[in-house]
Amino acid sequence: MARKMLSKKIIRKHNMQNDTLGVGKECFITLGENEAEHPSMIFMILFFPLPAGDLWGPLVLCVSLALMLQGGSADSKDDGGPQFAEVFVIIWFGAVVITLNSKLLGGTISFFQSLCVLGYCVLPLTVAMLVCRLVLLAGSGTVSFIIRLIVVVAMFGWSTLASTAFLADSQPPNRKALVVYPIFLFYFVISWMILTFTPQ
Amino acid sequence: MATVDDLKFQEFDDAANLLAANPDATTISIDEPVEIPKNQHGRLQEPGREEDDELLGTDDSDKTELLAGQKKSAPFWTFEYYQTFFDVDTYQVLDRIKGSVFPVPGKNFVRLYIRSNPDLYGPFWICATLVFTIAVSGNLSNFFIHLGKPTYHYVPEFRKVSIAATTIYAYAWLVPLALWGFLMWRNSKVMNIVSYSFLEIVCVYGYSLFIYIPTAILWIIPQKVVRWVLVMFSLCLSGSVLVMTFWPAVRDDNRRIALATVGTIVLLHALLAVGCLAYFFDAPELDFPAPIIPAHNGTTVITKSQ
Repeated sequence: MARKMLSKKIIRKHNMQNDTLGVGKECFITLGENEAEHPSMIFMILFFPLPAGDLWGPLVLCVSLALMLQGGSADSKDDGGPQFAEVFVIIWFGAVVITLNSKLLGGTISFFQSLCVLGYCVLPLTVAMLVCRLVLLAGSGTVSFIIRLIVVVAMFGWSTLASTAFLADSQPPNRKALVVYPIFLFYFVISWMILTFTPQ
Repeated sequence: MATVDDLKFQEFDDAANLLAANPDATTISIDEPVEIPKNQHGRLQEPGREEDDELLGTDDSDKTELLAGQKKSAPFWTFEYYQTFFDVDTYQVLDRIKGSVFPVPGKNFVRLYIRSNPDLYGPFWICATLVFTIAVSGNLSNFFIHLGKPTYHYVPEFRKVSIAATTIYAYAWLVPLALWGFLMWRNSKVMNIVSYSFLEIVCVYGYSLFIYIPTAILWIIPQKVVRWVLVMFSLCLSGSVLVMTFWPAVRDDNRRIALATVGTIVLLHALLAVGCLAYFFDAPELDFPAPIIPAHNGTTVITKSQ
């Protein structure tokens, strides 16, 4: 289920980007709803190298998330929310470290592919950030907090499940938990930044 | 005058044949001196050393050290070299975590769990988890303590994450480096039975930090007594693992140096815990409400009681 929904979003985003950037087609984007379930397609996902242009999507997501996390109580006080550079560094450095970790543990997925998957799976959390900002426009009481909590938790679960579905398959079976845990930690930290965002 | 036959090389018969031919010949027997292996020599001297051998497993430690030398033979600029530091399965990591939390009296963590397969997965991710756990718990704890105060405005305190990261990673890497250097230096002066590689020390320190993760979560409870009890408890558990690991390595040394080394290890561990508690977690407020002092220009100033 998560894989289907994620692949549909990737198709839409890529169609947008293909028109503007003319990036070449890769089998990632040719996945339809039914094809994602077919084992040979899964084989092609894992072993076809993706061109580096595919990191544009994650870059756009990362920049928009970092921008939306600004305008919090970061301007006047020292101990405010994360700066733009901090969000950027956390997302990219975190993705690189998780990819290195999974490769060092014996994973067979390629470096850029793993970065791409982790980057795209930030999309649900970016949507959560958007929803949170809209809810905060309405008010910042307990009700709004509960709504934000539910939305962020749901999106965090979706991100983690979607990226785990892609990345855990390429690991030997007795090390799957070792690879999944850092992914969980990564999205937990991003979710925490989103949930604790307080407007000035 | 020697004949040609006499000058030819003569094969000597077996001693038994010669003796049979000439029963009255004098015989001298030379035995090889009996070699006392080092273990037994040690055992003869001090019966208390027996548990050392059990702890060390000297028989298979030689074998495993040979194997360890064979394992890490890839040159350090290749990816395979670093893969040897991540050669652990899930159950091994969980076992090592369990071993760091529940110290078995008399058992050495390194020999029992690590067995010449030190990994960097555990130390790195335990430190990362600890950094974020302390930052998040500290933030949550401060939020609950100051909740309800009219002047309080919640801030996520994101700066503290970088400070936490620097402190914890420095502790987990620089202290083992210093300790390893110190042990190597002492090793050159005093012949020690036990010596640890740098990665094994990093491994022990990394896994010993695991107990602080649930401790940090429980530090959210805003009671001073609870927090200090937790500090003592976790310090005892992980401190004892560290002490039992490093005591065999310094035991042969000068008594004072041995005690000073072990004391410093425990002290630094305690400093980390107390420092984190003091910096990231505000002191819980006392129960009586703070006095409100009306200032001369009409605004009220609420003083915080620490």
